[in-house]
Amino acid sequence: MGISRRQFFGWMGAAVGSQMAFSTQAKAAANIHFTGYPGSFGVLHDISRCIGCRKCEAACNQVNELSKPETPFDDLTVLSKTRRPHADTYTVVNQFKPNDKSSPVFVKTQCNHCMEPACVSACFVKALIKSETGAVVYDASLCVGCRYCMVACPFNIPAYEYDKPLTPEITKCNLCQPRIQKGLRPGCVDACPQEALTFGNRNELIKIARQRIEKHPDRYVNHIYGENEMGGCNWLYISNAPFTDIDMREDLGITPAPAMTSGALAAVPVVVSLWVVFINGLRAISRRKEQIANEDKNQAVSAAVETEQARFKHEINQLKEKAKSEKEAAVAREVKKALEAAAQQLSENAAAQTPAPPETSGAPQPEKQENK
Amino acid sequence: MEHPTPTPPAMTTGRDTVFTPFNVVAGIIIFIGCILTVMRFAKGIGGVTNLDDTNPWGIWIGFDLLCGVALAAGGYVTCAACYIFGLKQFRCAVRPAILTAFLGYGLVVFALQYDVGRPWRLPYPIFLSQGTSSLLFEVALCVFLYLSVLMLEFSPAVFEWLNWKHARYIIGKVSMVLVIFGIILSTLHQSSLGAIFLIVPSKLHPLWYSGYLPVYFFISSMFAGMSMVIFEHSLVDRFLHNKIDAEHHVESNNVALGFAKAAAFLMSGYIMIQVIGIAIDNDWHYLGTRWGLWYLIEIIGFVALPAIMFAIGVRERNIKLIQRTALWAVLGIVLNRLNVSLVAFNWQLPLNQRYFPSWMEIMTTIFIVTIGVVAYKFIVTRMPVLHVHPDFPDDH
Ligand code: SF4
Ligand code: SF4
Repeated sequence: MGISRRQFFGWMGAAVGSQMAFSTQAKAAANIHFTGYPGSFGVLHDISRCIGCRKCEAACNQVNELSKPETPFDDLTVLSKTRRPHADTYTVVNQFKPNDKSSPVFVKTQCNHCMEPACVSACFVKALIKSETGAVVYDASLCVGCRYCMVACPFNIPAYEYDKPLTPEITKCNLCQPRIQKGLRPGCVDACPQEALTFGNRNELIKIARQRIEKHPDRYVNHIYGENEMGGCNWLYISNAPFTDIDMREDLGITPAPAMTSGALAAVPVVVSLWVVFINGLRAISRRKEQIANEDKNQAVSAAVETEQARFKHEINQLKEKAKSEKEAAVAREVKKALEAAAQQLSENAAAQTPAPPETSGAPQPEKQENK
Repeated sequence: MEHPTPTPPAMTTGRDTVFTPFNVVAGIIIFIGCILTVMRFAKGIGGVTNLDDTNPWGIWIGFDLLCGVALAAGGYVTCAACYIFGLKQFRCAVRPAILTAFLGYGLVVFALQYDVGRPWRLPYPIFLSQGTSSLLFEVALCVFLYLSVLMLEFSPAVFEWLNWKHARYIIGKVSMVLVIFGIILSTLHQSSLGAIFLIVPSKLHPLWYSGYLPVYFFISSMFAGMSMVIFEHSLVDRFLHNKIDAEHHVESNNVALGFAKAAAFLMSGYIMIQVIGIAIDNDWHYLGTRWGLWYLIEIIGFVALPAIMFAIGVRERNIKLIQRTALWAVLGIVLNRLNVSLVAFNWQLPLNQRYFPSWMEIMTTIFIVTIGVVAYKFIVTRMPVLHVHPDFPDDH
């Protein structure tokens, strides 16, 4: 047990150590306060300019070589239903009719390329990565298909190829990372006829957004959606309708997703070390208890044995005494019997041989007895 | 001491007819399960499930994974009671509990083969690319390690069965290390399973979402495990009576009493921290809504009441009552896990965007549970689990 216990501590130490090494890595990736990669790109979507023409959808479909949808992109009747991105659709435009607006409002939806993405921190094989360009990109060669990224994304963006039996992949907008790396703008931005989409450095985009709101305070809601939501996104929105009216949640808070789980992750090495201490303490206590109980038991047993032995000895002695005295008595009895018999014989003999006077025959008896 | 012979009478009578009701039902379920398996891998996840892009996790995660792991907690709870807290009277419960845990975790991993998109990549997070910022990574690592530990912890029974004395001796030497390692791993992933949902405050109803989710999951896993041990024994008592030796039989009642008492305490503690969680997030106003009603049904109907019943059962030394309450508490755990992962998840979405399992998903789950029951029966009728092996009278 001794050796294996020591070995065990070694392993536990290694486990805790590696966890700590892991968690520092995790920090580098996600856990420290992170304000975005400097100079990372983004897109500003000016909802007030969008006319719902679906040209961005068509462009997205083309540059990403996705399969053609049943209803063509110039058919605007699909706008009557609210949609979300799916396996073959990285982006959708939805139409809303907020009560205080006479004309409909159109919103383009796609991955917001969060600065500290929930999906990236959720992926347990690092198949999703936040790139320095600002894009959140996906590596299908690692993905296991657990779909935790879909659970984690607060904007319900990642989709899954549920109908592919053997090679299903997560699908989502990648900010046209390949095009960005070639110095091009994302397909949707290029296709927008209304300049409702502006591509550029995120910091610049925030400035532009602010300027527009300041210039037309009557037109815009005073909020840049994505500036701080969930720790901030590289995709930004300004709108002429309240965001809650166009299905954009304003209750998400500004805490980046990794911060929600970092506490639980940081607890791991602590729990491990505490448990090791605690368990061994408890085991020591219960062992000690057992030991004490054993000692008590042993003591009790030996005490009992002792008294028992003493009693036994005592009885033996008594028995011995009794036997001795009984023996003595028996001897005395036998002797007496023998003497009596002898005396009788003697007197009979004497009577037969010499008619001696009877007084003398009895006389030597007591003498003889005394001599013996 | 009395112990069943390696081929007890029940088996010989069973051999006369293979078509016992149990075998027939299990056979049919497994047959359907095989067809569903083919369908799953021929048509994809979408072909057999009702999952969609907004509801990526269904009952294969909510029930098979979350409930499976919680109900397999009996293994570490019993080990802790027996070896850490030194309650030697729980020794007889250790092997059955470890067997259940081993099968439970085995089935969890089995179920994942259906649920994840590319199951052959399941070793990736452990060996190829570690996503250490993910709580799912921690769960994966712990489950992988713990399954290995459980296998080793259960191996003595197999070695005794095969009569490999040397292997049995070696494994006996490291058993304590395994026990401690297993307890630590269980603590970690039981709580991490709750922590998985920490990332979705915007999707999970506030009554179920809390920063304490890992604590909730950990505490509830303890009484889940205890209830499961009690419940499992009541089943064994009923259906596999001839496999139990006298010692196990007597001690199982002590185990039931001990665990029922502990579970009653833990459950009241659990309710207390639930209340604290609500108070800290100030979620009181939700209690008046329909979600609040559902929450109260879970907490009062499936935690508080069973806790009281356990306490009464212990006081009156009423084993029957304790066993029934154990089933009740187990259902409560299932309800809780389903609430967190499915019912209260995406609660803000309109009904037509919510998830309900397809019959094929439900059938697959039944199929997986059936495999577990069959495997359990197979093992306990052959290996020294519920009785002591004649050649190895003093295990551990
Ligand atoms: S919007 Fe969703 S998918 Fe896109 S980066 Fe953020 S969390 Fe990831
Ligand atoms: S589905 Fe793929 S990308 Fe998403 S979390 Fe799982 S492994 Fe990562």
